[in-house]
Amino acid sequence: MTPVAEKLQPWLAAVEQRPQGGPRWLQDLRDRAASRFAALGFPTARDEEWRFTSVAPIAAAEFRPAGADATHATEAELAGYLYSDAALRLVIVNGRFAADLSRTAALPAGVLVGSLAAAVTEQADVVQRYFGQLADFGTRAFTALNTALASDGAYVCIPDGVILEQPLHILFVTTASATSGPIMSSARALVVAGDRSQLRMVETYVGPAGSSYFTNAVTEIFAGENAVVDHYKVQQESLEAFHIATMHIHAGRSANVSSHSFSLGGKLVRNDVSALLDGEGAECTLNGLYLADGDRLVDNHTTIDHAKAHCPSHEIYKGILGGKARAVFNGKIIVRQDAQKTDAKQTNRALLLSDEAQINTKPQLEIFADDVKCTHGAAIGQLDEDAIFYLRARGLTYFEARDMLIHAFAGDILDRVKVTPLRLAIEEELYAQLAKDLAELDAA
Amino acid sequence: MLNIKNLQVKAEGKQILKGIDLQVNAGEVHAIMGPNGSGKSTLARALSGHPEYEVTGGEVQFEGKDLLDMDPDERAREGVFMAFQYPVEIAGVNNAYFLKAALNAKRKHHGEPELDAMEFLQLIKEKSALLEIDQSMLSRAVNEGFSGGEKKRNEIFQMALLEPKLAILDETDSGLDIDALKLVASGVNAMRAPDRAIIVVTHYQRLLDYIIPDYVHVLSSGRIVKSGGKELAHELEKKGYSWIETGAAPVGA
Repeated sequence: MTPVAEKLQPWLAAVEQRPQGGPRWLQDLRDRAASRFAALGFPTARDEEWRFTSVAPIAAAEFRPAGADATHATEAELAGYLYSDAALRLVIVNGRFAADLSRTAALPAGVLVGSLAAAVTEQADVVQRYFGQLADFGTRAFTALNTALASDGAYVCIPDGVILEQPLHILFVTTASATSGPIMSSARALVVAGDRSQLRMVETYVGPAGSSYFTNAVTEIFAGENAVVDHYKVQQESLEAFHIATMHIHAGRSANVSSHSFSLGGKLVRNDVSALLDGEGAECTLNGLYLADGDRLVDNHTTIDHAKAHCPSHEIYKGILGGKARAVFNGKIIVRQDAQKTDAKQTNRALLLSDEAQINTKPQLEIFADDVKCTHGAAIGQLDEDAIFYLRARGLTYFEARDMLIHAFAGDILDRVKVTPLRLAIEEELYAQLAKDLAELDAA
Repeated sequence: MLNIKNLQVKAEGKQILKGIDLQVNAGEVHAIMGPNGSGKSTLARALSGHPEYEVTGGEVQFEGKDLLDMDPDERAREGVFMAFQYPVEIAGVNNAYFLKAALNAKRKHHGEPELDAMEFLQLIKEKSALLEIDQSMLSRAVNEGFSGGEKKRNEIFQMALLEPKLAILDETDSGLDIDALKLVASGVNAMRAPDRAIIVVTHYQRLLDYIIPDYVHVLSSGRIVKSGGKELAHELEKKGYSWIETGAAPVGA
């Protein structure tokens, strides 16, 4: 047996123990995902999509799916991650919906938010129609693993024409296990926003500080015709945790979907975001801000697939890297033959605070239509020395000048967050981490 | 106020200033003129503490203190202000926020209480009228998307807010049309005071029609080769710089 296959063995054993039951289609899907995972194995550096990110530390760690022995989260543990006294929240602990910690009162008529497992039976038609339709696991090992193992998750369904005024907060918590060693949680979310509906939602991923665990998340978002979805993801895992997340967005005719990704924690983080603009005039915004220090790695892969005409897309990803941190940004823009009048704009910037931090960045444009506008730009570097001198010449110390410029760099993305308590919480966390990084830098 | 003795400065490994002597007293306006490459801007930038300009000899006293020993920000807080030839665009930093930070850095240094938002707004209102700084210039990022004229007005506006003891204007007139030039000049003239000195670095005599200097110095090849009153500027305007440069040859020999 090769070393790689040896490493895969415990994982295959875990997959063999996958959840059973539920409707036939779901069990079939799990079975297919399980055999696909066994066939694919973990991606290696030979896989173009994983060239700069080695998942060997995950493969070697023998995480076990969170079982019944995993501790449950308490209200007090969640307090630090809740952005306001949100009336609407779903709490998912180790992949399972926690009704006791969730709040779903005062929903507009027809809106369903809650357990995905419950929806499988109670909303059989909707779930079967959408679940797994975007999250294709043909080439994605982690999506296959999640699909085989996920037993529950978050379910959000907004009927046609309904506007959900309150932001919906979905909190994915991974806890420690007292007995079985480091655990893996297969976090899953299915969001269906009907035609002309409107939804603002936040996904937050957290776990016990300093502990090692593995979150493998898959989120699917369907935005119907003219639907408006404003999505935020905050990855705030333990600094020893592994976080692999795949998000798929399907935007119908004239839908407007924006997704902001904030990556603040994690030891090894991979975010795959794919948006399919599948109706004329669909619009999509993908923005991201990530911070990494120490020897952490953050990998953002985004794909915006313009399948129909007149679809604008906007994308800005920014990173701040200190220590020996590494980052990867891969931004793929696809413009299909029918997607005339596409207007796609991508910007990718990274600020390297130390000489040892590094980023691999790659814009990838695949354009098959001829009447389109696509722009992309990347800028990697240190702080602008001229700007620092200018601020110092006005009386600010070097440190004040530097901090002002870094905050401005991040502020560009933070200012776009439309949920104020969320923005303030991210700012607080981000600036606290930055202050720590900069203090270390200054001490060196 | 400012006493420069035998100042020598290198930039990019090249000796630019080869021994400058200059005394500037409170209440005076000095113009530094000279052809391209004579070292005018180098002098201005060296005085402001730009890290790319290396002082290789000489000394500079500012109000009895060793200016060259101070960091750029310390010089600013002590009351030295340089209006940049090329003001830097700073994306994401709101102009009003920046101005308040600069003003409060200086106030803190002098043991004065920081201005609160209301006091700051009042001050901005007072100072902005003269330079026709409108609200949109304050709410935009520092210099970002500003026209050349707006950038220079913003520099003089900062000077008006920070009320320096010594202001150095580095080619503030370059690239300005006559209306913007008059506006900038009136902003500078409003700052003339018995306890303040101003050094105007310029290539052209034009600005000096509006900011009348007490003294004019001509720089050539890193040295002051001629000093005089305001009439010297007119002479330069008529004759150009070549007669100075030829005449200067023996000085350096």
